[in-house]
Amino acid sequence: MRQPAGRKSTARDSDWEGVRLHVVTGKGGTGKTTVAAALALALASGNRKVLLVEVEGRQGIAQVFDLPPLPYEERKIAVAPGGGDVYALAIDPEEAMLDYLEMFYGIKRMGKALTRMGMIDFATTIAPGLRDVLVTGKTSEAVRRRDKSGRRVYDAIVMDAPPTGRIARFLNVTQEVAGLARVGPVKNHADMVRSVLASPETAVHFVTLLEEMPVQETLDGITELRTAKLPVGGVFINMVRPTTLPDTVLDAAAADRFDLSELALGLKAAGLADGKADASLIAEALALEVSEHARRTELERRERGTLDTAGAPRYDLPLLADGVDLTGLYELAEAINEQGAA
Amino acid sequence: MSRTAPALDIDAILDDDATRIIVCCGSGGVGKTTTAAALGLRAAERGRAVVVLTVDPARRLAQSMGLTELDNTPRRITGNGSAADRVDAANGGELHAMMLDMKRTFDEIIEAHADPQRAQQILTNPFYQSLSSSFSGTQEYMAMEKLGQLRRSGDWDLIVVDTPPSRSALDFLDAPERLGRFLDGRLIRILTAPAKAGGRSAFKLLNAGFGIIAGMLTKVLGAQVLKDIQTFVSALDAVFGGFRQRAEQTYRLLQAPGTAFLVVAAPERDAMREASYFVERLADDRMPLAGVVVNRVHQASASTLSSARSYAAAEDLETRGEHDLTVAVLRLHADRMQLAAREQREQEHFTSAHPTVPLAQVPAMPEDVHDLAGLRQIGRLLAS
Repeated sequence: MRQPAGRKSTARDSDWEGVRLHVVTGKGGTGKTTVAAALALALASGNRKVLLVEVEGRQGIAQVFDLPPLPYEERKIAVAPGGGDVYALAIDPEEAMLDYLEMFYGIKRMGKALTRMGMIDFATTIAPGLRDVLVTGKTSEAVRRRDKSGRRVYDAIVMDAPPTGRIARFLNVTQEVAGLARVGPVKNHADMVRSVLASPETAVHFVTLLEEMPVQETLDGITELRTAKLPVGGVFINMVRPTTLPDTVLDAAAADRFDLSELALGLKAAGLADGKADASLIAEALALEVSEHARRTELERRERGTLDTAGAPRYDLPLLADGVDLTGLYELAEAINEQGAA
Repeated sequence: MSRTAPALDIDAILDDDATRIIVCCGSGGVGKTTTAAALGLRAAERGRAVVVLTVDPARRLAQSMGLTELDNTPRRITGNGSAADRVDAANGGELHAMMLDMKRTFDEIIEAHADPQRAQQILTNPFYQSLSSSFSGTQEYMAMEKLGQLRRSGDWDLIVVDTPPSRSALDFLDAPERLGRFLDGRLIRILTAPAKAGGRSAFKLLNAGFGIIAGMLTKVLGAQVLKDIQTFVSALDAVFGGFRQRAEQTYRLLQAPGTAFLVVAAPERDAMREASYFVERLADDRMPLAGVVVNRVHQASASTLSSARSYAAAEDLETRGEHDLTVAVLRLHADRMQLAAREQREQEHFTSAHPTVPLAQVPAMPEDVHDLAGLRQIGRLLAS
């Protein structure tokens, strides 16, 4: 594979060598956009050029990077650790439709007239499948785009995709427009998009938390993608809490055999309690927290086991103590690089 | 500036006979559906005849209410097993639940409003099939439609509904307006013109300017696609009037005093920001906001012990090489105190911007809700 102009490839071990389009999905509340942003940073590190695209018009990328709303235009928004650029693009279906008309028919002006008449709004409302084809089509175009010397413009594209419940449908574009257009330009376009999305150059990653519902949705989503013959990528477990307590303590707490007196002694030794009664009062309150933590850990362990059945590589991303900010994004990008996800 | 939000009195809302509709809205993953179910159960056990309308296809919710699955018709929930897992009907209330089937709901409207021949024409049209089973927009619109149907039936004292996890916050409020825009658009008139003029071949009667446009649409979309769109639009045109009127009715119903909007959130930056947006949007649309429910709030039992003291003490013990257990527990506690403080700040930000909006907090549970007992507990926490 040829390397993009002016950039040196950094040899590194990544589980997704050869993948150019990283689609990131996840149930609402799992931090899908944050993970997509961190993945883009991780992929860009080592002097690469990565495009991060947003498809739902939520301006989530702008919020994560603390920027004003992004236009329908590829612009540089961040520099990766150790050099490398992240560009961003908020795809708007109407604009994508104009691009499509321009690119394939050279009729942008006419397209604008159609927009004024409400044609585009109409078409995308009446046929949501069409909207998806336009959005994924724009993304596929960026994946395949080459500069004058024939080199790929972007080393990788990361798409902040719709949530897990909708992902298979969203990506299964040919199926979506099949009922609408059996032949003709729309069908041809959908076929082109499909050839990119279903190729080994694409991987669909899932973001989840170690909770029942997101894990179940992840498994369902993976099954749906496999049925649709779309490439399943990795599972990013987000907001993983560090385990501060040894297993023996957790097991004891879960079985109601937690050593209160030892804790009380420790509290006294640390000067945190006034006398014995106070020490055992604090110890009891703390023991409640430990027992909750133990139950939580037990549940997380179970969910991890459930995720194992998916047969997809897993990556752990830490819970950021201070919430998601720019520093936190870089921290996550590092975790992604370290675990070989990028 | 006061940072303490007024408390949200859930029971006052549930017990008020004038409350006929509770709408739970909020961004995805904050526990809207669970909140809606917990409110429904609590209201039923306090004596009201309740139906919970959910758009969330999660089987787990159905299971937690003792059903294998929910469908488009309200089903009575009684629960099974021990007393804790049955709906307590001592106060004369009832709990019903249903899950929105948007395609079914859409089909029923078509069947009810078009003559059989036209209905058939619409139902078999590829565009209709795509539109009626897609997730964007249709779901919001059909949720509104179903809500209107339930309300008009007069079978329930209280309808609790959760809103679809929309791509933009309040799509369900925009649905009627969007439908109106859709109808009033010039385009729809162009497309339906030939059919109205007697169903002759497409664009035959149109002037030259339209001819060019038609030619281009054919080029871009393909002739068959264009024909399908036309057939669909002209067939639908006949029933659209009814649609729009009903959507507007439901919209006004939502603005009426019998409706209470609850914005559901989680104490994280994104979710609270979304909650702010919802609150503002509801105010713009003059929708009656009852308050905000903040789910999954972390609390520490030993709240008198600050995180700073805990960290310091843990470090001290560790240097001395003593009491490993206490060291680990203190660190756990300190992390939790920090998390609680961060969540508190997020809520305070919200309250600074919206000082009059009542808040209710529901503590984070170590495990997910599985049964009626779990829902009941959430309801109790909501009301406390």
